[in-house]
Amino acid sequence: MLRWLIGGGREPQGLAEKSPLQTIGEEQSRNPYTELLVLKAHHDIVRFLVQLDDYRFASAGDDGIVIIWNAQTGEKLVELSGHTQKITAIVTFPSLESCEEKNQLILTASADRTVIVWDGNAGRQVQRVSCFQSTVKCLTVLQRLEVWLSGGNDLCVWNQKLELLCKTSHISDTGISALAEIPNNCVAAAVGKELIIFRLVAPTEGSVEWDIIEVKRLLDHQDNILSLVNVNDVSFVTGSHVGELIIWDIPGWTVRAYERSFWDPAPQLDVQQEIRLCQKPNDVSIHHFTCDEENVFAAVGRGLYVYNLQMKRVIACQKTAHDSNVLHIARLPNRQLTSCSEDGSVRIWELREKQQLAAEPVPTGFFNMWGFGRMNKQATQPVKKHQENGTSCSLELIGDLIGHSSSVEMFLYFEDHGLVTCSADHLIILWKNGERESGLRSLKLFQKLEETGDLYRAA
Amino acid sequence: MISAPDVVAFTKEDEYEEEPYNEPSLPEEYSVPLFPFANQGANPWSKLSGAKFSRDFILISEFSEQVGPQPLLTIPNDTKVFGTFDLNYFSLRIMSVDYQASFVGHPPGSAYPKLNFVEDSKVVLGDSKEGAFAYVHHLTLYDLEARGFVRPFCMAYISADQHKIMQQFQELSAEFSKASECLKSGNRKAFAGELEKKLKDLDYTRTVLHTETEIQKKANDKGFYSSQAIEKANELASVEKSIIEHQDLLKQIRSYPHRKVKGSDLCPGEMEHTQGQADHASTTSNPDESADSDIYTCRPAYTPKLIKAKSTKCFDKKLKTLEELCDTEYFTQTLAQLGHIERMFRGDLCYLLTSQIDRTLLKQQHITNFLFEDFVDADDRMVEKQESVPSQLSQDRLPSRSLEECLIPKVLISVGSYKSSVESVLIKMDQELGDEEYKEVEVTESNSFDPQENLDYLDMDMKGSISSGESIEVLGTEKSTALLAKSDSQASLTVPLSPQVVRSKAVSHRTISEDSIEVLSTCPSEALIPDDFKASYPSAINEEESYADEGAIHFSASINPLELSEAQEGGLENTPPQIDSSCCIGKESNGQLVPLPIPAHTLSDEDGVVSIPPQRYRQKDQHFHVDFAVENTNPSQDNSCETFPAYELDPNHLLASRDVSKTSLDNYSDTSYVSSVASTSSDRTPSSAYPVSLSSERHKKRAGQNALRFIRQYPFAHPAIYSLLSGRTLVVLGEDETIVRKLVTALSIFVPNYGHYAKPVKHWVSSPLHIMDFQKWKLIGLQRVASPGSAGTLHALSRYSRYTSILDLDNKTLRCPLYRGTLVPRLADHRTQIKRGGTYYLHVQSMLTQLCSKAFLYTFCHHLHLPAHDRETEDVVASRQLSFLKLNLGLVNEDIRVVQYLAELLKLHYMHESPGTSNPMLRFDYVPSFLYKI
Repeated sequence: MLRWLIGGGREPQGLAEKSPLQTIGEEQSRNPYTELLVLKAHHDIVRFLVQLDDYRFASAGDDGIVIIWNAQTGEKLVELSGHTQKITAIVTFPSLESCEEKNQLILTASADRTVIVWDGNAGRQVQRVSCFQSTVKCLTVLQRLEVWLSGGNDLCVWNQKLELLCKTSHISDTGISALAEIPNNCVAAAVGKELIIFRLVAPTEGSVEWDIIEVKRLLDHQDNILSLVNVNDVSFVTGSHVGELIIWDIPGWTVRAYERSFWDPAPQLDVQQEIRLCQKPNDVSIHHFTCDEENVFAAVGRGLYVYNLQMKRVIACQKTAHDSNVLHIARLPNRQLTSCSEDGSVRIWELREKQQLAAEPVPTGFFNMWGFGRMNKQATQPVKKHQENGTSCSLELIGDLIGHSSSVEMFLYFEDHGLVTCSADHLIILWKNGERESGLRSLKLFQKLEETGDLYRAA
Repeated sequence: MISAPDVVAFTKEDEYEEEPYNEPSLPEEYSVPLFPFANQGANPWSKLSGAKFSRDFILISEFSEQVGPQPLLTIPNDTKVFGTFDLNYFSLRIMSVDYQASFVGHPPGSAYPKLNFVEDSKVVLGDSKEGAFAYVHHLTLYDLEARGFVRPFCMAYISADQHKIMQQFQELSAEFSKASECLKSGNRKAFAGELEKKLKDLDYTRTVLHTETEIQKKANDKGFYSSQAIEKANELASVEKSIIEHQDLLKQIRSYPHRKVKGSDLCPGEMEHTQGQADHASTTSNPDESADSDIYTCRPAYTPKLIKAKSTKCFDKKLKTLEELCDTEYFTQTLAQLGHIERMFRGDLCYLLTSQIDRTLLKQQHITNFLFEDFVDADDRMVEKQESVPSQLSQDRLPSRSLEECLIPKVLISVGSYKSSVESVLIKMDQELGDEEYKEVEVTESNSFDPQENLDYLDMDMKGSISSGESIEVLGTEKSTALLAKSDSQASLTVPLSPQVVRSKAVSHRTISEDSIEVLSTCPSEALIPDDFKASYPSAINEEESYADEGAIHFSASINPLELSEAQEGGLENTPPQIDSSCCIGKESNGQLVPLPIPAHTLSDEDGVVSIPPQRYRQKDQHFHVDFAVENTNPSQDNSCETFPAYELDPNHLLASRDVSKTSLDNYSDTSYVSSVASTSSDRTPSSAYPVSLSSERHKKRAGQNALRFIRQYPFAHPAIYSLLSGRTLVVLGEDETIVRKLVTALSIFVPNYGHYAKPVKHWVSSPLHIMDFQKWKLIGLQRVASPGSAGTLHALSRYSRYTSILDLDNKTLRCPLYRGTLVPRLADHRTQIKRGGTYYLHVQSMLTQLCSKAFLYTFCHHLHLPAHDRETEDVVASRQLSFLKLNLGLVNEDIRVVQYLAELLKLHYMHESPGTSNPMLRFDYVPSFLYKI
């Protein structure tokens, strides 16, 4: 009777097979997402998620349809179809009547060379622009000027009524890959390795015409610029395919800081070149940025890097945060960072600061830091970055969300409803805080009881 | 020969407090063998107490004016069912107990013939010779060509089990009322059509006669009329009169109060969608008739005929068939209803009662029962919900149901005891049932009877019955029972009538009469006269009263003076021609002796309270029927499919239980019913309202057995079951499909449902699992393929390992979180003494019900989930929840998770009453898993 020896089968016989990959294991006490809801409506890769208001978001992808969802219930509210090919960009645009009611317009650009303006509330197509010479790859809205810009082979400026205000000449055949609004009515457009700054001239007393003028061409990047984000009033940041991170000063368009060593795992400075050659550039390409007041967070290849603006240094990094390229990162409250990757997982990190004793032997060189991290040989161990003032930060994995079976393209964070992820497996998953949802359901339950008059409170 | 079942019932149960379903213990002097056929060595269920028919059936008979009582059809329409049972003879019997005087004709004081809208009478009678007891439902249909325009019919539910009839009286009455109402509304429609045609004929005749008279007038210039002309004029006058009469009849039939009609759910006009089922039923029972009637229903525009003066009543003319009388549409629907009744009451009485109690209890926990109960029952409840029941009624329903449940079985035994001796019938047709005050008065008056007097009357009855050779004992009327329901205790106090004396008389009486029909209970034939009608036909009311009291006069002097005078008037004026003399024996308006304590309102309000719960059975039943015809698969699945067509439809499940579906096929098709000694199970298992439940019953047994085996075989059964209960998907991995399926089916009894649809169980899947699968299914049978292609399957499994527990049947391992609670060991004790699958299933059910009530408490305790005041933090609330779970509900460790999961399901279900629309969410915990091995 083996059973008796085992003790009624109640004793654990051993731990589950452990994944050799970097993992937090199954005990994730700080991971709040204990409930998920799979939303299935798309027929192809879902690439974009955009928040409409407190409880709604829109999703779009390669199947050319836009779907509006209720983030609370997971209910599919509206399906907007009009594009014949995959959607390449989506932005929201508060319409003119925004003061009266929350009427959000959704702009979508598609590979069918059209841009469609949708009314998210009414769920209908408002207007359609199809005079483009090329696919519009990026859209951006200048809220202040009430115009939006479309970037393809050229840059066009439109007003809300979809009137073409002005456009640039043909810029490049490859087209604008990234577009970001930067202060002073300027936009930065990434065209290949070049970064072009345009200034928008609004009609004044002198001129009634809108105009867009090229201000500057910045040629500091050595490879294609993949990501572009405005940090604050005085700087914006770009990232390239070979792992160059450049922080630019806005008024002068000068390089404020240049970091291009993310890809270098070796402690030796002198062999940098060789290593770079044998490494796939894809591993160090900077796919996405996010930033807050102090830090710029960069998704570099499979890793995550935190670059402090003040110190002009990487203060924390996680070289293999994911099994595959990190596609999107976002800053969450409580110093949390969330990343999603081609490996189909979403990971939640926490940026922790640690006071280090100055007496500790501090390696001098910047790149020696990597060596220090390397010596741990534990991928799960965050690499610590010591700073002169003794502050070191670490990115600590506090949870991972496994649900998608293919690469997670993007995610969206709702303060009240949790996280929404979209993926190449055609699915959207709503991740919710199970405890909070449970409480909310109880609340609703008693509300309903009260409504139906079935609630009796004990005297 | 008198069979013992007659006597068994006539025992007194002195204590009402006794267990309601216990057979009352007999006093010594009456100890007769309970089951006379026991010495033959057969089991009591093998053959229903010597009856000549193999199982219960429904008989429709007519009192034909040409040939007398004759059986028309039986349901099921299968000679095997009634066997050698003499339908003709029994028709004679049941038709002879129709007291109601439905009179149509020229009442004195009325210029025109008048229709009475007569309420059906409901009688229970027993025939000891045939070993048959019957609930008999008399009804009258109108036929222009019939004598007095009426055709008396009756529908009888014939069973060998008297108790069954008595205890299910209410249900039978409600169900048959529906059938009757359907027939009657069809008949009214057809009758009105007939009248219209007749009027057209008459109109045409009048025109023709008029022309002829004119011609004659012109031809005759002599100033006097020839006899021919006078004859024509007379003819014309009679035609004119006839027209007026018929117009009046038409007005009457059309003014039929719609109150009655509304209550009936069987009106084809309102329920077109049931036609398909009705047709189906009609083809099974009477294909020929329906074929005939098609010609009848689609009649073309009518061409008027000339009506000969003095149209002779010829007796060789063919009377209309029942179908012609009622309009095919209605007729088929009635047949469907009757078929439903037959299925509903099929089986042994204890089975019926148990399942009724079961259902009532289930209904009482309507918030939680979706979790673990069979979705069949739950499904049923959904149908019920869909009904357009007035809110007030639906609110009343539950208490009234439970009232019936408690009362009926308890007192029905005493019904027998009283009734056999003191045959009392209160027939007062004119009284509106709703008139409570009137009843009260009557009751108190009757209470003041001298018991001795009563007994005297009794003796008189005996004599009457002995001399007649064939005695019919009327044991009670529904109406008088309604009275007693209110004054039961009072009556028994005031009348010191010794039951023992009475009983002895009854018994002796029984030995004398050769073959007797005991009418055990009837309901009053109550005339339903609309108010305007009463005004225009004052004499009609009188007429009825006279009929009503007619019988009572002969035997009872105790009727109150008012009634008496009325009755005498009536009696003098008119002798009812249709009442059989034997029917009048033993009628007394002695309320307290007729204890069928059905709550008065449930009876008087038949359209409402009583008829609602059975109604849903019917609907459901028909659903089942249709599906069955089309797919011929497991009926339980069909049901679920129907409600949730797109979702959760698992064809594999159907495959898994094909054998079950086969058995259910055998049991549910009327024709294939095999009556044999071995057919006990088929006799017992079909529950009253749930033909589906049979298959699930077998299913349950098998599942229980396999679950038991699993628990004994695997030492890690507890964590596996915990996984299921806490909503963590359990993947059963194996190579052999049958083994996996078997285990999945077994374990599915532990899987909580999301809502009223099929359990979230996937029996067999061979493709790699996806996150959607974990959201949708809580128990999955997964194929392990040896080929390298299966790598994806295993990879997906390890990828999603945090959502699943994996039971590997081939390696006998289980990978799942730790369980340290106390709940599952009780639920699944491997040392349990339980041997049988069915027993174990019930054990599990009861444990789970207990669990459900804990979850219910937890979910619906207000203070547990909401902060008591504004300053209270969430932590305080959470700790309060935890302490409630631990201290009040006595839950240990992981058991808390189970209750929390069930609570979430309860919340979701309560919030979204229609769970099909809302997506089930996947809840999970970040807890480490462990690998268990044998």
